[in-house]
Order: sequence, then structure tokens, then C-alpha cells
Amino acid sequence: MFEKALSGGRRYWAWMVSLLVVIGVGAACWYWQLSEGLTITGLSRDVVWGFYIAQFTFLVGVAASAVMVVLPYYLHDYRAFGKITILGELLAIAAVIMCMLFIFVDMGMPARILNIFLHPTPSSMMFWDAVALGGYLLLNIVISRVTLGAERRGDPPPAWITPVIVLSIPWAISIHTVTAFLYAGLAARPFWLTAIMAPRFLASAFASGPALLILLALVVRRVSDFDPGRQAIRALATIVTYAMVANVFFVAVELYTALYSGIPEHVSHFAYLFMGLDGEATLAPWMWASAVLAVVALVLLLNPGSRSSETSLVVACVAVFASLWIDKGLGMVVAGFVPSPLGRVVHYSPTAPELAIGLGIWAAGLLVVTGLFKIALEVRGHLRRP
Amino acid sequence: MDASRRGFLTIAGLSLVGAAGGSTLIAAIGEPGTAVESLPAEPPGGGRRLAMVIDLRKFGHDGELVERCIRACHRAHNVPDFGADRKNEIKWIWAEDFESTFRDEEFRYLRRDLQGKPTLLLCNHCDNPPCTRVCPTKATWRRPADGIVMMDWHRCIGCRYCIVACPYGSRSFNWTDPRPHLESPQADFPTRTRGVVEKCTFCEELLARGGQPACVEACADDEIVFGDLNDPGSKVRRLLAEHLAIRRQPGLGTRPEVYYIVEDPRTLAETAPAAVVPGAAENDHV
Repeated sequence: MFEKALSGGRRYWAWMVSLLVVIGVGAACWYWQLSEGLTITGLSRDVVWGFYIAQFTFLVGVAASAVMVVLPYYLHDYRAFGKITILGELLAIAAVIMCMLFIFVDMGMPARILNIFLHPTPSSMMFWDAVALGGYLLLNIVISRVTLGAERRGDPPPAWITPVIVLSIPWAISIHTVTAFLYAGLAARPFWLTAIMAPRFLASAFASGPALLILLALVVRRVSDFDPGRQAIRALATIVTYAMVANVFFVAVELYTALYSGIPEHVSHFAYLFMGLDGEATLAPWMWASAVLAVVALVLLLNPGSRSSETSLVVACVAVFASLWIDKGLGMVVAGFVPSPLGRVVHYSPTAPELAIGLGIWAAGLLVVTGLFKIALEVRGHLRRP
Repeated sequence: MDASRRGFLTIAGLSLVGAAGGSTLIAAIGEPGTAVESLPAEPPGGGRRLAMVIDLRKFGHDGELVERCIRACHRAHNVPDFGADRKNEIKWIWAEDFESTFRDEEFRYLRRDLQGKPTLLLCNHCDNPPCTRVCPTKATWRRPADGIVMMDWHRCIGCRYCIVACPYGSRSFNWTDPRPHLESPQADFPTRTRGVVEKCTFCEELLARGGQPACVEACADDEIVFGDLNDPGSKVRRLLAEHLAIRRQPGLGTRPEVYYIVEDPRTLAETAPAAVVPGAAENDHV
């Protein structure tokens, strides 16, 4: 089946080659980082995790969100998701690969990464995250390969795949829960020490992931004969709406607890995020943009008129995705470190090579998603002959 | 066997397996952490429980002794000096003013001699260390025989999770190659490579040779005292029994093992040999 990703028209190759160029630039910067050390990033003694780990955290959510199409389709036999489910699973594969790459480039000693499995440590949430992500990748590869293969031969999927698919549902929840636990169990970091973190991660994942899936499905519809169907898009929009409402509610709950209690070590991180501390306000404009985008998205999504209009739905989906990317992919991780446990306010912003490496990984994800979508669409005969 | 009995046995068997699995899992995940009830009256028996008492009464405001301790430690352990470059900074022991060291205390009308006093900070070698719990490769661990929190620089993958988990800022990461930044490399202690985490190890290599930690050796008059808390006759136990000593953020349940005596330096007159008093009193009263 894989050969189907290796043939395509001029536009397909132009797109793939431009992605390869971005990947190449990222790889070159990573080689530079490998030889100089992580000193070429904006990270420092006080802000030890930044852009890479934040992207990883955000993308775990995108990966987990496949469950939002898998669950209705397989558990509730929701036929409208028949065409789009495979796209969700393939998107999950690409997202998990990006997660792994972001972890990999963040390591000080990447050559030793297998120590995680050579010296397994159940007390470490990072060990469990590695297990959960690896397992989830494997599950989605097996599921999409087997179901697509059966479809190509014109057979129904084999019976043994059903329990595997059912297993992938709690597994998806687990990857984002464990990722939240990576942060939420640390006495040293009051900003993350909150029981709502895992639920909030899941809510934001189930909003941002399906929003991305809607956008991707509409792009695919433009470049091929594939049509996800109006009903599928509508159902996904409903899911995005509920999840985004839940996410905003969880954020409000979080803000209430921190601000009403007034405990300085809880308040100070929010103050840093939205107002800045000691003149250090790099993230404040971003966080306000995230808040405004969330409001815009909610207005468009909650209003049935604008939710069912495709144009405004696209705007809403972009707003959801951008708002949550800023929140999780920029603010959440860095704010845990500022102020530091010793009260120090340290500036962090990613450097150019750090951004180039990150961009390269995003391009790699897009490359994987394009190739996998192409295979799926070819199998289903949705691609016009060139 | 009738159906209901078989059903009962199945459920009972499954429950047993579940309970055993559950407790194994809980044991594997490790000591949950902060429950005050679980605090032993005495430090865990058997081995030694090495601890440090920093007698702030004997430290001056000029930071001279503090600097001497830092130099001794960093020289002995090939800790690179990055000068004013805060970003790449590595430190095993360093100084902050008293108020930042005990930031959570929010001192308002602080006794004058403590205001802005340079105070030594280092790894607390916690009895319940949060850093070792999070390490995904067991590259850092608490040595059961004496409580020292150790580091394996050959296993560390540089994920920096331990730095994130440490509430004391005691760990440093080698953002770049440290070797060009060593003034006088010591042959009897390993240097590190870029990409790994490092920190104070209570000078376990000196202890193994029967010595004292380098910072303790740099002191002349028991300004820092090091010893075994499990030995009731040890100097550290005596100091803690006789003086008011505080620790950094004990409320987090980490059980830090570096203590700071914060009594008024004038009490030195009552507790220390007469010869020490005049010098110490002059130094400490500003």
C-alpha cells in the first residue's frame, strides 16, 4: 500500500518537496544543536523546558483526539463518521510521531534515549508516557493498516481487530492523562499542581484535534473527490463546541481557585502570563490573543447559524486551534517556571534555531499526514487520475 | 460445582489477583510522599542518615566564608565557571540572601543580623527526594545506606525532569560543553559532558576516603557541621537538639537534610567556647 504515497502529480510533489526543504533546515539546525548543546536554545537554568516540550504536550492532545471519531463510529455505530474515521486515525499517527520527535530533540543525550526502556522506572511519569505513546502509535498503525487493507480487498475488517479498536479508546484517554500527570504531580511547581489539569488537557484536546480534522477534511475535499459528508462535519463541529465550552469552563475553575484563594505562589504564575512580572511580559500579548480567539470561537460555535455555515465554521476552527495552541503550546509549560521556586523572573523565548527545529518537526508531521491521507484516498478511489 | 459457587470463586480469585497486582503497582510507583503520619519519629534506622547543619550565627555579612566554601567545592568537583553568563550557569553550592533562601517564610520585620545575609544553598539530600522519583532512567537515586542523593552522569539522558521536580533549584544542566570553562581541572574527579544534569553529592568521594565535604573543610570553626543524624552522639544531633534550626520548604514533604541555625549570634556567648565569641560577634552584628 505504501507505494501509493510515492506516486502523484506535480502539485503533490511540489508540496512534498517544499516540506522536505523545511525538514532539511530543521535537521541541519538539530545537527548544530547536537554539536553545540542545548545552549543554542532560549532555555536556561531557570526555564529548563520550553518550546519543544510545549509542542509535545499540545500534539499529544491532537493524537488523543482521534478517539472523538473512533468512539462514535465503532462503539455507537455512527455511520456518518464512516469516511472520516480513518483520517482521524492517520492524523493520530502523524501527531504521535511529532510528539516523539519533539521529546527526542529536547534530550541532552539523545543517543541514550533507550535508557528509558533499559532501566524502566515505574515511579517516573516520563516512563509511562513513553510506554503510552509508543503503544498508541502501534495501535493506530495496526488499526489503520488492517482496516484499510481489508477495504482494498473489498472484505469486511477481520473480527480480531474490533477489540484492538476498543482498546485504543481508553488508550487515547491515557496518553493525555499521563502527559498531564507529567506536570501535575510536582510539589515544586504550584502552577501545575492542579487536579483539573488532566480533564482540562482532554477538553482542549477534544476541541483542537477535531477542529484540525475539520480543516484537513475540507482541504482534502478541495484537492480530491473525497467528501467527508455534511453530517460528519456537523457532528465534528458539535464535538468541537462542547469540548471548547468544557475547556473554557475548566480554565475559569482554575482561575477562580488560584485568584480567589489569593495564595501568592498560585497567583504569581497567572500574573506573569497575563500581565507580566517585573517588566517581563513576553507571553502576555499571546495569552490575551488566546483569550480573544477563544471568545470568538465560542460565539461562532454556539450560534447554530454560524456553526452550520462552512465559512464561519472554518474561522471558528482556526480560532479554536490557534487559541489552544497558544495556551498549551506556548504558555502552559513556560509559566510553570516563571517565577522560579526562588522567586526569580527569567525571560524565555525560543531562538531562531529552536524555532527552525520545531518547524521542521511540524513539517515532518505534515509530510506524514499527507502521505498517509494519500494512501487512504487512493485505496478508496477518491483521487482523480493525473 | 454449582454455578453460583463457581461464580463466587471466580470473583474471589480475581479479587485476590487484583489486590496483589494493585499493591505491587502501588509499591512500584513508590512512596506517595507527603503524609505527615508517615514521618518516622527517628530517621529511618539501620544505616546512617548524613545531614548538614549550617550555623548562620557564625557567617558574616561580607560573604567571605561563603565564597571560600563555594570555591572549595567547585574547584574540587570541576564545576565550570561561566562568569556573568547566567544562562549556562552550573552550581553545586551557591549563596542567596537569607530572605530569598527562605522565601516562603515571607519575613517582614526580620532580625537585623539576618537581613540580606548571604546564605549557602546546596542539594538538600532529601529523605523523600522528588527528583529521584521522576527520573525515567534511575540516573539519580537516594543511597539507602546514608541518604545521599546520587547522580550517574553516564546514564542521564538529559531530560531535565529532575530539575523540574526539585523545589530548591539545586540541580544544573550542562547546556554546553563545560570543559573549556574549567580554570584548573582536577584529575581526581571526573569532568562532565554537555547534555547531563549535575549537583552536589555531599562529597561522597571524599567521605569514602574518610574525609569531610569540601565546604566543611573550608570552614575553620564549625560554621558548617556534617554528620550522621542516626548517631545520637553526633555533633549534628547535638546542635539540632540545642538550637533552633530551620529547613527550606519543609511543608512540601521532601524532608530536606540541610539545617540552618537561625538563632541570635549573641547566643554564641552562652554556647560556644569563650575564645570564639569576640570575633564571631563582631562579624555577625552589623
